[in-house]
Amino acid sequence: MTDATEQRPDRANLGAAFGRRAMSYVLPFAVVAGLWQVASLFFPPFLFPSLIAVFKRCFEILVNWGQFSDVLATIGRIMAGLAGAFLTGAAFAVMMARSRAVNEFLSPILTLFQGIPALSWVVFAIIWFHGIEPRIFFIMVMTTLPAFTFQVLSALQGMSRDLMEMVMSFRPTRAKLFRTMIIPAILPDILTAWKVNLGNASRVVVVAELVGATGGVGYELLQQQQVFDMAGALAWTLQLVFFVLIAQAILTFIENVAFRYRAVSERSL
Amino acid sequence: MTTAMPLINLTQVSKSFGKVGAGSAYVAVDRLDLQVNQGQMLALLGKTGCGKSTIFNMIAGLTEPTSGTVTVDGRNPFREFDSFRGKMAIVFQNDRLLPWRTAIGNVELGLEMLDIPQQQRRATATRWLHTLGLRGHENDYPHALSGGMRQRVSIARAFATDANILLCDEPFSALDEMTGRTLRAEFVKLVKENGKTAVFITHSINEALEIGDRIVVLKRPANIAVDLPLTAMTTAAEKESIRSEIQGVLAA
Repeated sequence: MTDATEQRPDRANLGAAFGRRAMSYVLPFAVVAGLWQVASLFFPPFLFPSLIAVFKRCFEILVNWGQFSDVLATIGRIMAGLAGAFLTGAAFAVMMARSRAVNEFLSPILTLFQGIPALSWVVFAIIWFHGIEPRIFFIMVMTTLPAFTFQVLSALQGMSRDLMEMVMSFRPTRAKLFRTMIIPAILPDILTAWKVNLGNASRVVVVAELVGATGGVGYELLQQQQVFDMAGALAWTLQLVFFVLIAQAILTFIENVAFRYRAVSERSL
Repeated sequence: MTTAMPLINLTQVSKSFGKVGAGSAYVAVDRLDLQVNQGQMLALLGKTGCGKSTIFNMIAGLTEPTSGTVTVDGRNPFREFDSFRGKMAIVFQNDRLLPWRTAIGNVELGLEMLDIPQQQRRATATRWLHTLGLRGHENDYPHALSGGMRQRVSIARAFATDANILLCDEPFSALDEMTGRTLRAEFVKLVKENGKTAVFITHSINEALEIGDRIVVLKRPANIAVDLPLTAMTTAAEKESIRSEIQGVLAA
């Protein structure tokens, strides 16, 4: 058999594998959507609205600036909260990695924070802060700060001692040590932390807006609940889901570009 | 740089790990006196665990002696760590390449620390990769290179900074015999051609005989058991005699 003929079945197999993979992603959503649509035929719209009505509402939100600005406000709050928590958490993690005393002091506090429910932070924020934005920013930071800190700390502690020693042998300045060694070494863990916290933040922001805001997806959900508009509730929820999916896709793209140096085994897990 | 003083000078150097005086301290180096002159290629030979790497780390300024003094070019390499930037380079036992950098990116690392402009950095790194037979592999990531190729990159990285002192910690021990021998010969040639001072740690008598123009055999804890000069005039018979002497010391 020639090389060319040997390659043909491989290509066919690849195509089939791709098809199976695409199907495995689409099929679960198609089944859920199908069941929902069937249910909409037998139940009133305030319980199971038709998917057409839901997507129509989705489209209305996207094309109506008054409504879409609420989506953008929520996204802005998520990103601001995550950025605040990440920067604070990274600073804490560096201090904890450098000093055992700081680690022993901050670790129990952050562990304590992890045990406080998001809703409690919402109540504390309403009592402590007057403005809506400071309240939400505070809630977002407090709920994601411990995870960011511990994830960056773990990445710093897990860096290769051999590589660190090698870079140190060239006597780098602190800035160059960070740029050439520390940041590339911990970047995979940072991106994972962002992926995990993005999901958490999108859930928390809705609760925060539901209770303490006059705009945003959470606030709009409250409005839909008051008029029993299930199609609206789903449409607003989907806006947030779309955002999380897009953000995750962007993070995955960054991973694929930034970590192209990684060896890929022909045998997967 | 003065010629009267040795380039590397260890005086009554001891290094202990653990709590000294608590009975749990491990003495790795014991009152060692060692001098290395400019342009010399010293092979430090000893059994595993005899403190070779500890001496290496003290000369590199990565660790401080418990007592005694270490000076390199008249300065303390631990306390004046930054002042040795670009003056000392290390070839480690394993290649220690940054996996997120290509071969050329790894070679450029030391040059970046010296603030060499990007274009010049690239030219120097390319020249060293070519010298070490890695033409065409400049943009390969470490995972795509063989063990021998990776170690060549790490040698190129050390030479690229044009450091006067090269510290080598068993750099060829992880390679197969043939690759190790070829790289060793290339390494000696490059050190001699570029007039470097090198301290080469090894546990192989053959390697020490091939590389060093002076062999220091260490006992445990590290101190000089025997100090043997070699010259280009050393005959094969004399080398055999030195080999026997070293074997005797190591067996003791």
